[in-house]
Amino acid sequence: MLLNNITFRLAWRNLWRQPRRTLLTLGAMVFANIILVCMISLQFGMYGLMIDNTLSMLTGHLKVLALNYKDDGKIRQSIDEAETLARQLRNDLNRLKNKNFEGESAANNDTEGENNSVKIAVRGKAFALASSEDRSFGILVMGVEPEHEPQVSSIPGLIQRGRYLSDSKAEEIVIGSVLARNLQVDLDDEITLIGSGHDGSFAAAVITVVGITQSGMTDLDRSIAQMPLQLFQETFAMGNGAHEIVIRAPDLSDVEEISIRAQRLLDDRPSLVLHDWDDLEPGLKQSIQADLFSAWFMYGVLITLVAFSVLNTMLMSVLERTREFGIVMSLGLTPGRLGRLVILETAIMGVLGLAAGILIGTGLVAWAGIYGITFPGMDEMGKQFNLPARIYPDLTVFQLALGPSIVFAATLLSSLWPALRLHWLEPVQAMRAAG
Amino acid sequence: MSDIRCVNLCRTFHQGDITVTGLDHVSIDIKKGEFVCLVAPSGGGKTTLLNAIGGLDKPDSGEVWIAGKRIDNMGKSALAEMRLNNIGFVFQAYNLIPVLTARENIEFVMEVQGIPAADRHRRSAAILTEVGLEGLEDRRPAKMSGGQQQRVAVARAIVAKPEIVLADEPTANLDSSSAEQLMDLFVSLNKNHNTTFVIATHDQRVMEYARRIVKMLDGRIDQDIPQDPR
Ligand SMILES: Nc1ncnc2c1ncn2[C@@H]1O[C@H](COP(=O)(O)OP(=O)(O)OP(=O)(O)O)[C@@H](O)[C@H]1O
Ligand SMILES: [Mg+2]
Repeated sequence: MLLNNITFRLAWRNLWRQPRRTLLTLGAMVFANIILVCMISLQFGMYGLMIDNTLSMLTGHLKVLALNYKDDGKIRQSIDEAETLARQLRNDLNRLKNKNFEGESAANNDTEGENNSVKIAVRGKAFALASSEDRSFGILVMGVEPEHEPQVSSIPGLIQRGRYLSDSKAEEIVIGSVLARNLQVDLDDEITLIGSGHDGSFAAAVITVVGITQSGMTDLDRSIAQMPLQLFQETFAMGNGAHEIVIRAPDLSDVEEISIRAQRLLDDRPSLVLHDWDDLEPGLKQSIQADLFSAWFMYGVLITLVAFSVLNTMLMSVLERTREFGIVMSLGLTPGRLGRLVILETAIMGVLGLAAGILIGTGLVAWAGIYGITFPGMDEMGKQFNLPARIYPDLTVFQLALGPSIVFAATLLSSLWPALRLHWLEPVQAMRAAG
Repeated sequence: MSDIRCVNLCRTFHQGDITVTGLDHVSIDIKKGEFVCLVAPSGGGKTTLLNAIGGLDKPDSGEVWIAGKRIDNMGKSALAEMRLNNIGFVFQAYNLIPVLTARENIEFVMEVQGIPAADRHRRSAAILTEVGLEGLEDRRPAKMSGGQQQRVAVARAIVAKPEIVLADEPTANLDSSSAEQLMDLFVSLNKNHNTTFVIATHDQRVMEYARRIVKMLDGRIDQDIPQDPR
């Protein structure tokens, strides 16, 4: 029906009157579309990784902290009955969550239940002077739950030598590789911790190094020092208190919902505050936004260039058909209908460009999804944002269609001017034009 | 009732400093079903008058009425609609659409009018035979001789059975027998459908068919003579 339509037929044939010009314009469109599809999916893939890797180190998706602890970080600003509260949260958040997904994923629950549940761990934090036989350094020592910590953090998985903490009471410590080098200690060596406790009393402990972690990030490897929570509580006179409850959602997209539920459970404890990851790592979103902004500026330039190339093509093709347009207007085609013809010609080109761009772009991205992409300078960026050396683009319909759709819209927009100009065309004058 | 009515039409063209007179106070009434020949030497204003009647060109002053409606002050789109539904044009230069075949050129107006495909095909096939172009329906204009293109242009103008046919030198490129065939076609259309014809021509053969000859000179109507067609 559409293919038999006279306007469509005219438009289609008109396009192929100057095949080279049409193909060149089309090529520019396809090229831009491919670039957009690839870059956008790569970008989003990178952001996902950046967020994920950064948060999985220590931050988690949400944290319960005592009021003002985020800014002051004083040992006294602690959470009472932290483990009890954590247990409550663990039960409630997971029970509610499972209830929601019951039925639709009952079968999945057994196999994927572990991955789908909300992970929660308690930590205490205190500054202490760590001394080996020869040296002393001021460090931030962390008390963690050996059974829960590996679920919320990737640090326990970064053990390079030795092992991670085994139980809550053992007099053990795990430290980063740079710290170990600085203190000149190795596995099985002892470290003395000296600091002040929750009540201001003198705190001291002698503990054995059982594991050394290496992340490759100097800052992190210099600062990691984790001991079992109970030992930490005893050493620093914390009682049953701690400083943070880390919550890790199954997926970034679940955070909002979980945050609402967790907040409800915290309502009766006004001394506690729930922070989300954006709160805890404000630089992360900012750097993503800055990157997005500069990227969209580039895309904007690219899209504008394509739009102008289309505008040029359509203006030329309208100009050289002046005489013909004079004829069809004389035969009774209204300027509006003629304008739609010009827009249709552009739209056909746009659709071809859209289809080809998405097709080829998707192919490339799919290929990259299998093999990963690496490019110069990625090592450096990787270090900064905890990225691996290869990245796998993230492909959703939205990301796929976003760039090409904008190109398509810009293309159509740029055909408006040539189309509108037809309203000024005088049929007699037009027919007298050489053609 | 008059089908075409022009009142005091004036039109001048400006080419740099030179002013050329196209129409100089032209008034003419043409009734429904008339068969009129416009005769003038080259530059006499024939094309200019036809363009004014068809609403392709606006006169500087004066009025043009088609089928009881004043058209010289209509907008472009309204004029296009009026032409689409009332007027068949045969231009001096045949002016076919180069990307369309003979058949598609002929069906173009009907298609824009929204006439169903089957109907269109039937009518285009019939008219192609009548103008002697059977077998050439799928050729594009560039692959046809001047005479053949002209016959396609004529077929395009009359196939939709318009009320008025305005033809500018329709026989200029035709041999005698083709010209005669074409004029017979015009006459039969005029007789059977009461179609109004206004034909600008130098061609003596054409004038013989006319029942009224309007002679123009320098943009003025010089003589208006009724005559018996042969
Ligand atoms: N668009 C235009 N611009 C300038 N001058 C024009 C234009 N159209 C017509 N003229 C001039 O107006 C006068 C009348 O021209 P017109 O085309 O009506 O003559 P005609 O009788 O059709 O001539 P021919 O037999 O050569 O076709 C001529 O002198 C012509 O040069
Ligand atoms: Mg003329």
